[in-house]
Amino acid sequence: MATSALDQQRAHAAADHGEKTGLWSWITTVDHKRIGILYGATAFLFFLIGGIEALLLRVQLGTPDNTFLAPDTYNQLFTMHGTTMIFLAIMPLSAMFFNFMIPLQIGARDVAFPRLNAFSYWVFLAGGLLLNSSFLFGLAPDQGWYGYANLTSRQFSPGMNVDFWLLGLQILGIASLAAAVNFFVTIVNMRAPGMTLMRMPIFVWMSFITQILLLLAFPVITVALVMLMFDRNFGTHFFVPSGGGDPLLWQHLFWIFGHPEVYILILPAFGIISEVLPVFSRKPLFGYAAMVFSGAFIAFLGFGVWSHHMFTTGMGPIADTFFSLTTMLIAVPTGVKVFNWMGTIWGGSIQYRVPMYFALGFIAMFVIGGLSGVMHASPPADLQQNDTYFIVAHFHYVLFGGSIFGLTAGAYYWWPKMSGRMLDETLGKVHFWLMLIGFNVTFFPMHILGLNGMPRRVYTYPAGLGFETLNQIETVGSFILALSFLVFIANIVRTMRSPRNAPADPWNGATLEWAIPSPPQEWNFAEIPVVHGRDALWELKRQRGGPLPEPPRVSGKGIHLPNPSYWPPVAGLGVLVAIGGVLAFPTHGPWLSIAGGVILFFGVFKWAFEPAG
Amino acid sequence: MLLRSAAIRRLRRLAPLFCVVALVLAGCTPDHYSQTAFRPLSDFGRIGDDIQTTTLKWAVLVFLLVEGALLYAIFRFRGKPGDPEPSQTHGNTTIEIVWTVIPALILAAIAVPTVRGIFQMSATPGADALEVQVIGHQWWWEFRYPALNLTTANELHIPVGQTVSLKMSTVDVVHSFWPPRFAGKRDVFPNRETRLWFKADSAGEYSGQCAEFCGMQHARMAFHVEAQSPGEFAAWVAHMQTLRAAPAAAAAPSMDSMRTASAGATVQAEASGPGDPQYAAGEKLFQAKGCVACHSLNAFDAPKGMIGPNLANVGARSHIGAGTLKNTDENLVRWIENPQLIKQGVLMPNLGVKPEEAKALAAFLRAHQ
Repeated sequence: MATSALDQQRAHAAADHGEKTGLWSWITTVDHKRIGILYGATAFLFFLIGGIEALLLRVQLGTPDNTFLAPDTYNQLFTMHGTTMIFLAIMPLSAMFFNFMIPLQIGARDVAFPRLNAFSYWVFLAGGLLLNSSFLFGLAPDQGWYGYANLTSRQFSPGMNVDFWLLGLQILGIASLAAAVNFFVTIVNMRAPGMTLMRMPIFVWMSFITQILLLLAFPVITVALVMLMFDRNFGTHFFVPSGGGDPLLWQHLFWIFGHPEVYILILPAFGIISEVLPVFSRKPLFGYAAMVFSGAFIAFLGFGVWSHHMFTTGMGPIADTFFSLTTMLIAVPTGVKVFNWMGTIWGGSIQYRVPMYFALGFIAMFVIGGLSGVMHASPPADLQQNDTYFIVAHFHYVLFGGSIFGLTAGAYYWWPKMSGRMLDETLGKVHFWLMLIGFNVTFFPMHILGLNGMPRRVYTYPAGLGFETLNQIETVGSFILALSFLVFIANIVRTMRSPRNAPADPWNGATLEWAIPSPPQEWNFAEIPVVHGRDALWELKRQRGGPLPEPPRVSGKGIHLPNPSYWPPVAGLGVLVAIGGVLAFPTHGPWLSIAGGVILFFGVFKWAFEPAG
Repeated sequence: MLLRSAAIRRLRRLAPLFCVVALVLAGCTPDHYSQTAFRPLSDFGRIGDDIQTTTLKWAVLVFLLVEGALLYAIFRFRGKPGDPEPSQTHGNTTIEIVWTVIPALILAAIAVPTVRGIFQMSATPGADALEVQVIGHQWWWEFRYPALNLTTANELHIPVGQTVSLKMSTVDVVHSFWPPRFAGKRDVFPNRETRLWFKADSAGEYSGQCAEFCGMQHARMAFHVEAQSPGEFAAWVAHMQTLRAAPAAAAAPSMDSMRTASAGATVQAEASGPGDPQYAAGEKLFQAKGCVACHSLNAFDAPKGMIGPNLANVGARSHIGAGTLKNTDENLVRWIENPQLIKQGVLMPNLGVKPEEAKALAAFLRAHQ
């Protein structure tokens, strides 16, 4: 009886293209595609907030001795800009693609743990909200995204600013770890028959490596943040010199996490453009195996280079030499990647569609970031470059020129698959050119300023050191960059107001997500595909001798899918209250945290005993 | 019809962009910047500069080759409608080995001087070096010369041609000492000594600043290096050693020593002396307003652990407010009246000093040269 009711519901859903609507359906969803969209929409909003913060910083630095922002406001904004862009924008934008694309590319119906996946999203949202809620109290973190001890001690940062930061990051870490476990298991266990590891799409490979990095790197920052929380609230002295602690310990812990984090931010973008370049060059990825192994090698070496962030601490010649050489070594597999991308387009028949613009822009910009990276791998030179605008230029070429260009390529590439609508090509190209020009006008002069003595993290600089002109140019550039994203938003709004027009396979794609309707039905694949080679869909099209017919939307009758559940958001709320409740410790004791723990326990308990459906 | 090809026409369209780039590059000559790393004035600074210049040259070369090849491919392999499917290459082992080995060789060419430079920089200065203790404070720099028993703040005087050996620490949070024309930066830690050394080869006043974010006024934690000829430096030392707590010398220096001081430092218009009523009023206020609790007026045998900068020769310094504000009479008065207005968050509170009191205090301090 129950079964037949379910069947009826399913049939009804299928008639409606499997789409449920309404706020409640989004809150209770466990569908990886919807969770992906939630990640994307949330992260894009945070990206805009981080961007507005950056514009305020640029206005302040546009003229010397400016008083547009007070020093503490500036320090809060630069801290939140970095924290937001790294943890609330780039990472979750990557998570959007992990969520939406990994199951589709490996031919699966969902991730391994759909409710854990929903939990990850809600915890991520909680962390982002906690961090940004600090603005409401005028207590936004103000110690830098890297939170160097001992400035973060209660003595030197008595306000709750640092607590908001460390608790927010702690919550975000839980979200990242839960998601990493999920995608790791998904990729290992849920690939379609015939999809061996070396037949996986390269985006899945790079995502896989990213999950391993997350699993190994995040526990370190978790421990460091727990130590800092104890120092600030419970009287320990891990980083407090007067109690025998050592601020330098924090730097080591932070960068053992922090350097792999850089690859967590860039590897997904490597994966995306490694998908885009072959499709729009109409030839397969050059040196697939080398791409896989170089990605793995970069990730492995990423754990052995952390102290290159610390050459100025005076670690001694042996440590300096070791970390300098390992850092230079990373340039080799990175170079292999760049050359393989060029090998991919070389001899191709390049289709100049918008995703390809951004993918090529990625190569051009990322090369600059890579080369400046080699420059500060050398400690004698880095003593001058460290903590100057040269470093700011470097990592913006990697994280904006690299990650954001790559993610934007992915957005244009997969938009039709995710929404069923093609983004406008003309607006897309306007977006690209404005972004390329705005980006370079903003960030290229920073190389020059940094090598010529402008330190970073300064709320102002005096006239007379020669910094005026280029700073003014940079500020203009940052508004061009902002304009480019307004064009992008206009494109999105326009597209989403028009009817669905995207075919299943608009770009002659190579991977399985293009074999199913746009947007995919709830169950992704009515029938689990069997994979016979790399570039599975190209392989299939070759066998069938041409493009495939438009796949029909079918009834999902008989396909088992997990039921929606509101327990993951409840458990997520418990995490927020439990960890956020530490803010109340000094004044109100642990009661809020205990309440949060009860909510979390209750949520997980109900979740565990909920019928699978 | 030289410019037939579409590729070149497209490049011509980019001409304005190239012009802008050229303009920016023209504005980037290092001589335009007083804190540039490209014009080192010491042996230590040149080690880093040599390596930086070498790597920069390699970086520019690789940049041109890679971006050039990329642009070529972008224009050369543009697909046209109806083009057949291009050849489906999957890779080429020989080429892949070549482009793995060549970057490795370039990196080796950078690594060799790098390692040599690391060990050169980690050398210990000889016994003839002048030792200076650098102590970071939120947000100013203290300099102590143990062999000379001298203390000063925010203005590091060094002799040209003699190695200075800096032994550095902090009394509060982590800072980073960075005199860009002489050396790269070195962080300073609580309970830990870090070191830096260099031998200046050019006299003059050069700015530097804290390079590790250290709280609200990190941006205004600057300092100046006064590199002086050995003779001028010796005169400065001799003069500074007269600024001591001996009863007879009191706080007021003789006109004689003021002239000596002026040899190396920027000196304002004639300062008032002990006979001046402004000076006497200022001297009283310096006690009454509690200035003495944080500031010492003795350069020689100065007390340790003072919260504020040593003011023994503040009248002769080129800047106040930790190297950020020109040391004019007007600025000195403004600072004393309301330091929080100029450097918000500075540990010196507003002491409720009235304008005329500030003038008296400024006159008193101006006389401390």
